[in-house]
Amino acid sequence: MTATSPNSFRTQPDERGHFGQFGGRYVAETLMPLILDLEKEYRAAKADPAFKAEFDDLMEHYVGRPSPLYFAPRLTEHFRALAPAGKGPKIYFKREELNHTGAHKINNCIGQILLAIRMGKTRIIAETGAGQHGVATATVCARFGLPCVIYMGALDVERQKPNVFRMKLLGAEVVPVESGARTLKDAMNDALRDWVANVHDTFYIIGTAAGPHPYPELVRDFQSVIGTETRAQILKAEGRLPDLLIAAVGGGSNAIGLFHPFLDDAEVAMIGVEAAGYGIDSGQHAASLTGGKPGILHGNKTYLLQDEDGQITEAHSISAGLDYPGIGPEHSWLHEIKRVRYVPVTDSEALEAFQLCCQLEGIIPALESAHALAALPLATSELDEDKIIVVNVSGRGDKDIFTVAQHLGFEL
Amino acid sequence: MSRIAKAFAKGRPALVTFVTGGDPEPGATAAILDALVEGGADVIELGMPFTDPMADGPAIQAANLRSLGAGTKTADIFAIAAAFRARHAEVPLVLMGYANPMTVRGPEWFAAECARAGVDGVICVDIPSEEDGELGPALRAAGVDLIRLATPTTDDARLPAVLAGSGGFLYYVSVAGITGKQQAALASIEQAVARLKAGTDLPVAVGFGVRTPEQAAAIAAHADGVVVGSALVDLVAQHGTEAAGPVKELTAALSQAIRESRKAPA
Repeated sequence: MTATSPNSFRTQPDERGHFGQFGGRYVAETLMPLILDLEKEYRAAKADPAFKAEFDDLMEHYVGRPSPLYFAPRLTEHFRALAPAGKGPKIYFKREELNHTGAHKINNCIGQILLAIRMGKTRIIAETGAGQHGVATATVCARFGLPCVIYMGALDVERQKPNVFRMKLLGAEVVPVESGARTLKDAMNDALRDWVANVHDTFYIIGTAAGPHPYPELVRDFQSVIGTETRAQILKAEGRLPDLLIAAVGGGSNAIGLFHPFLDDAEVAMIGVEAAGYGIDSGQHAASLTGGKPGILHGNKTYLLQDEDGQITEAHSISAGLDYPGIGPEHSWLHEIKRVRYVPVTDSEALEAFQLCCQLEGIIPALESAHALAALPLATSELDEDKIIVVNVSGRGDKDIFTVAQHLGFEL
Repeated sequence: MSRIAKAFAKGRPALVTFVTGGDPEPGATAAILDALVEGGADVIELGMPFTDPMADGPAIQAANLRSLGAGTKTADIFAIAAAFRARHAEVPLVLMGYANPMTVRGPEWFAAECARAGVDGVICVDIPSEEDGELGPALRAAGVDLIRLATPTTDDARLPAVLAGSGGFLYYVSVAGITGKQQAALASIEQAVARLKAGTDLPVAVGFGVRTPEQAAAIAAHADGVVVGSALVDLVAQHGTEAAGPVKELTAALSQAIRESRKAPA
């Protein structure tokens, strides 16, 4: 499978939902008929011009798309000065943080709630870690008048109070999850438990490009608006494609959304940045590709942090949005076939990049996006001055100022 | 005739009991399994603990955490199984759990360990028939039954796919939901069992939400077997390493109720 390159990197998954050996549908029998239904409905929606028209209209007028592609002059100068002579490429930001609700998450939520309505479902559930996906889900539920239940680890409820309040303002019920380590993985378990008990009327809006087929595919498709816009915008600005794309990868929806439209352009290199927490060697990280191995969890086969018995181990990252022991299955495949290079970035490297972006560009990035920015020292030292990098600034950092303040020793 | 087939060929409904292996500690499980046998269980399901038991309710979630917290390893589960087989030559033993611990060393390894330990069947919650290749072929080659689950959402069109490659018995999950919660209406169970039996010669055992001898008897009037799990696991939670006595008592009451279920008109 890995010996020869496929003719196209953009034809996955196969009809059974597999990206190479990854992906698939590993769910309880109760959910299987629903998942098959969802796939059928998604195929019909994809072929329906009215569905696309409604999605596009909401993207423009509700989300505020297209998001700008912004040339970052001072960051470019900064790294050019540090790089060896002749190195130091131009840096552009894809500004997903300017979307309604402050991140790329809303793109997927709009697509999924339109599907839920098509399927006649009358109740929405979702899981959330930092609360960004929960807020985006609560937002679209308010917009379309559907009741919304958000599962969130009890520990995350404590850590992310502003987002809990936002969800409540938007009319969602937030259920603190007390099982397991009381974080994102446990929230996903409880969302699955709710779903299996309420399949008749409930739609589960999964927040990232993971879970059972067809979720990884449909989330990718809804998020691909990021890459499609970037392609048109960079062609307009520079008259050619970028040389390198960089995005942070937790589950990996912002990254796959940026990468996918470029996968067949051999001249475009890609870096996915994993959260290395306190460092890979510390054992306290969330880098599934660098520090994990393939396994089965939450409906799909993918790289997981696990012990020799297949028990899932706890992830750690300063960024709650990256604090998950798995990764979307398409990233596992792109890693194995080496189309995308995945690198780890530690908490402290991300914090440094976070501050640099604030100071040089006047943009407070999400800690997730700060991980992507933290790959710039490496990337800019390797690429010539006339090359072009696009970094996905997937979210804004307002939600993270408490965490950052704590790490920098500020009392708020 | 396999041990499982014999257990369902006693001329009465079978009592299928579930406990989590290694709960509250690996050393305590043997006595609990013996108590199940002495109480009259016909089939024993031994749960393999997993960090993320997403199809289970609070009782079995907690049992999984207690077991893992006590340091239970996959090797312990197979040691418990092999020792059980040495003590009980005829009582069928089924491993129940989740895909990742079962497949992490490869399906052939897992199937060979099952065969070596005298395990008769395997129930994997999160491998539906669509992903059978993950475990099914290896188990069948090793002579271990892959026991599948059917649910209220498994319609007639889908049922043949669920049955293909399955063995032992068909486990009917009577409610769309997680273990240990509400019980389904009896009429719907009766209807579902009739529908399933029209599609297969395998015995049909009904589980999820069955807690009392009365409930077990009512279901046994219509099914080939009744599965009880969370109520037994609750006793282990309550009595810990002293759970064997209470477990035997409840098992005996369930067994008696099931034996008498077909005598009176349902």
